[in-house]
Amino acid sequence: MRNKILRLVGGRLIAGVGVLWGAATLTFLVLYFTPGDQAQAIVGGENAAPTPEVIAQVTAEYGLDQPWYAQYLSHLGRILHGDLGTSYRLHTPVTQAIGEQAGATLELALAAAVVGLTLSTVVALATAKRRRWIRGIASGSELVIASTPSFWLGILLLTVFSFGLRLFPATGSHGLQSLVLPALALALPIAGVLGHVLREALEEVLDEPFIVSARTRGLADLTVRLRHALRHALVPLITMTGYWVGALLGGAVITETLFTRQGIGRLLLSAVNAKDLPVVLGVVLLSAGIYVLLNLVVDLLYLVIDPRLRDAPATARPAVGGAS
Amino acid sequence: MTVVTPANPAPPVSARRLRFRPGIRPGVYLAALVLFLLVLATVAPHLFTGQDPLAVDSAQTLRPPSAEHLLGTDENGRDVFSRIVFGTRTSLLLGFGAIAIALAGGGLLGVAAGLGNRFVENLIMRFSDIGLAFPELLLALVVITVAGSGTSNALIAIGVANIPNYARVVRAQTLLIRRSSYVEAAHALGLSVPRVVLRHVLPNAVKPVLILATIGVGSALVAGSALSFLGLGTPPPEPEWGSMLSTARDFISRAWWYGLFPGVAITLTVISVTVVGRALRLRSEGRTW
Amino acid sequence: MTVLRVENLRVEFGGSPVVDGISFEVQRGECLALVGESGSGKSVTARTLVGLTGEGSRVGADELTFAGQDLTRLRERDWRGIRGGRIGFVLQDALVSLDPLRKVGKEIAEVLAAHTRLSGTERRDRVVELLAAVGVPEPELRARQLPHELSGGLRQRALIATAIAAEPELIIADEPTTALDVTIQAQVIGLLAGLKNQDRSLLIISHDLAVVARLADRVAVMKDGRIVEHGPTHRVLARPEHEYTRQLLAAIPAEHTKGTRLSGSTGSAGLAGSAGGSTPPVRRAAGDVVVRAEGIGKSFRGPDGKDRAAVQEVSFSLRAAETVGIVGESGSGKTTTARITLGLTEPDSGSVEVHGQGWAGLGSAARRALRRDIQVVYQDTLAAFDPRYTVAKVLGEALEVSGVPRKRRRERAVELLELVGLGVQHLERRPLQLSGGQRQRVAIARALAPEPAVIVCDEPVSALDVSVQAQVLDLLEDVQRETGVAYLFISHDLGVIYHACDRVLVMKDGRVVEEGTVEKVFRTPEHPYTQELIAAIPKLTAA
Repeated sequence: MRNKILRLVGGRLIAGVGVLWGAATLTFLVLYFTPGDQAQAIVGGENAAPTPEVIAQVTAEYGLDQPWYAQYLSHLGRILHGDLGTSYRLHTPVTQAIGEQAGATLELALAAAVVGLTLSTVVALATAKRRRWIRGIASGSELVIASTPSFWLGILLLTVFSFGLRLFPATGSHGLQSLVLPALALALPIAGVLGHVLREALEEVLDEPFIVSARTRGLADLTVRLRHALRHALVPLITMTGYWVGALLGGAVITETLFTRQGIGRLLLSAVNAKDLPVVLGVVLLSAGIYVLLNLVVDLLYLVIDPRLRDAPATARPAVGGAS
Repeated sequence: MTVVTPANPAPPVSARRLRFRPGIRPGVYLAALVLFLLVLATVAPHLFTGQDPLAVDSAQTLRPPSAEHLLGTDENGRDVFSRIVFGTRTSLLLGFGAIAIALAGGGLLGVAAGLGNRFVENLIMRFSDIGLAFPELLLALVVITVAGSGTSNALIAIGVANIPNYARVVRAQTLLIRRSSYVEAAHALGLSVPRVVLRHVLPNAVKPVLILATIGVGSALVAGSALSFLGLGTPPPEPEWGSMLSTARDFISRAWWYGLFPGVAITLTVISVTVVGRALRLRSEGRTW
Repeated sequence: MTVLRVENLRVEFGGSPVVDGISFEVQRGECLALVGESGSGKSVTARTLVGLTGEGSRVGADELTFAGQDLTRLRERDWRGIRGGRIGFVLQDALVSLDPLRKVGKEIAEVLAAHTRLSGTERRDRVVELLAAVGVPEPELRARQLPHELSGGLRQRALIATAIAAEPELIIADEPTTALDVTIQAQVIGLLAGLKNQDRSLLIISHDLAVVARLADRVAVMKDGRIVEHGPTHRVLARPEHEYTRQLLAAIPAEHTKGTRLSGSTGSAGLAGSAGGSTPPVRRAAGDVVVRAEGIGKSFRGPDGKDRAAVQEVSFSLRAAETVGIVGESGSGKTTTARITLGLTEPDSGSVEVHGQGWAGLGSAARRALRRDIQVVYQDTLAAFDPRYTVAKVLGEALEVSGVPRKRRRERAVELLELVGLGVQHLERRPLQLSGGQRQRVAIARALAPEPAVIVCDEPVSALDVSVQAQVLDLLEDVQRETGVAYLFISHDLGVIYHACDRVLVMKDGRVVEEGTVEKVFRTPEHPYTQELIAAIPKLTAA
């Protein structure tokens, strides 16, 4: 079994290297084929008026006069050394620019993850396989909340709680007070989706013979749900959670913009607007890295939850459901 | 002819139908009606409103809902209801267009992976692994950084970002059907491989994926309006729900209706698409609605 | 002393009665069996007795008392003391009835925690004792394993251990042996019989009269929610009074039914002329060899990366109008042999010839042409059809492949349906609109469409109720008499094999351990494994 885990971690890491290599290649292709002169972009964009000497110096420094394969290799080499390039706009290394903003985004993402997971688990556990009207209300609210775009939810929250009741600040990224609304805006739509997934899984599990079997032993309903059903239903939940946390960076762009918070999302949006490619691609690489790491964690969690997988071939992995 | 070995008496057909299709819940009808109205608004927005969505009226800025302006006016005095109605086209186009791209690309790759040999399958699946590492919004941002903002770039970006997901689902579905006994029975009858694929594998694989795509339209639509909200999708003054909300953000304290109704439009659309999609899925699985 | 008394029990689901006024009693130390086919209401009855009838149900009874306690007045909290504590419940198929994510020992300890005052350590000791008591070897080790690490028989024993852990007065067992191989089945029946001797009461739910025969003191036969016959086991089996009981007993294929009809009818629709009344069976003379398998072998890569031989050195021949059975327990290589014979799986060694033509080395066109000569009927009658296709399209496709011109196809499809006892009214039905027995008839019709020389029947009646199974077995017999088709008949059920086959191969671990005519193999088995198999067949005589 220990071998099994080592093999799985090894396999996942190799696959992860593949994903990262793919991401690095993608960033290279984007840089290489972007219309316009790269050297010009590096020294300050279209409005800068550098001397020919400066252009020549930048071209030589970045190897822009080399053939594509040499450029590709040195691109990969730089990434391996942790050099993601220099921001066209900020003129600081991309790693530094991202590093300065990472804390605020991490704070937001963690808060949203905790809120989303707790809410969906509690609601699903409480309502799965209950009376018709309870399930109706639960699935109805899940549907509405999951269909609500986070930027609109944010506007609603701002209207009610900031400008209406004046409970929470509308902007800023300092203190717990300023975290509440952005975290809710980010977490609620996903809590709807996760709640739906978990409730469907629970209702399926609660129909299984081993649940009936557990009930015939005289266990209380809550015991049956917590001890027997929840563990089975967690598999689809963590699969979805893995995907969702990966998508949090995208969500952060919206939430941080809406609530004028510091963070990687805001950094990314201003980079997109300024055509600051190194920063955009840096965030892409970061996202791929998070994805690889998350998948490893999710795979290990599968093994913790379902010991049967420890004996199954390494490829056995619960399938990923669709958008519903 | 004497029937001496009677077959098991089956219940009459009507009774069986009843068991599998016990009628559609009213919510599903309602959702289908909303979808129908949305499509109508796309084709013929003039049926719903006589107001010009672009007509600026500086005397009528940020007016609350009234008989003249059902859902109020925006900061330029334009009619919010009319802008929502005329914005339907762009929003639906984003949702359906992006999913069409994802379906076409993902379907082709997924079927190839499901039917092809191990090499083809591995190649396609490893590429889709890499693709899955990029959330749709992030990939869309890369495309927009390079190619510039706009509705069609946003649409393409979201569509492409969804290809890996659909490739996986289509492949899984294809493999499932390829291994089913009825496909084996068709082979045993001596049907040629292309015929088995065209008659049994593809039609049965396509249906669940199409249903899944219905539900996917909702999330693609949200992603599209999110880009517009960030100012990277449909440019103003053209009406689009996301970009309306983007402007409304600056007037939250003064005009609640401006920030409310475009969002209602988005949410209502996504709910309708999801409800109809789920109902189709349940029916195709032979379960109750 | 009466442990359980049920008077006029009625259970409705959504307004339609599933159990329709049944009454019975169980005495202390007695075993009562409720026997019936699917849909008879027997399982619902069992669950009602522990208050787990299910959602949307309405239960009513004139009397429902357990050890003097009125069960109809119990609240949920009171039920918890009864379930597991005073009534033990064993569900069928322990693989799905034990929580697959929890250790076996924990499942048993859970009962002890709910119903006894034992401490944690005491519970652990008791779990090991219980496992040993139900005949699980190495109980300390097994208690620490997960259900999937145990064999089917051990799992069922562990499940029984959970049911007896709190020493209940009554044990209800719902199809306790259904998913088990025949040798394991015999052991579990022995275990349950032992429980009865310890002065516990037993209520067995089963579709299988033969299983019940060895255990039950009394039998109640259920049909459509009612008890149609009720009496001491030996009387019900020897002198059934109700017509339905007689039908059920007659439908069970076994040694003595060979050459007779099981479904109480005399011949199928299109063939009425060829089989007259109760004419003594005349086995047709077998003709030329149509299939010859020579030393076939096949290995598959296991999850551990090592190759496992699924089939080794299997040889047989099959003549026209002959039925050759392959019998064996799960994992013995029966289905792999069938697939190789059908040319759907490539063997690693050996060869299969159909009409003297081997699969190996055939081009795809020649391969397809040869496929028409050898057809297949599957166990899962629903999965065997494209869900979108009507019966007309299913048969139309088969006829198209067989070269029947478009204009003649409908007419021919109706002929085929009549041959299998269906009719023109079934043409426009889809698989979901047919019963399991009807679907299997359509599958046989489809297999007959290309006028094949051989049909491979892979567990063709295993998913069917015994009365439907009887009809399908009779139909296969009629079809063979009419068309001279040969069957390769795969089954785990020795009774079915004895009834339906001329010759039989007994398979174990991928090898043929014994072969010969069914009479010889069943009466004078030579290989120890065959002897064990045959000794384990449940007999229709009361214990």
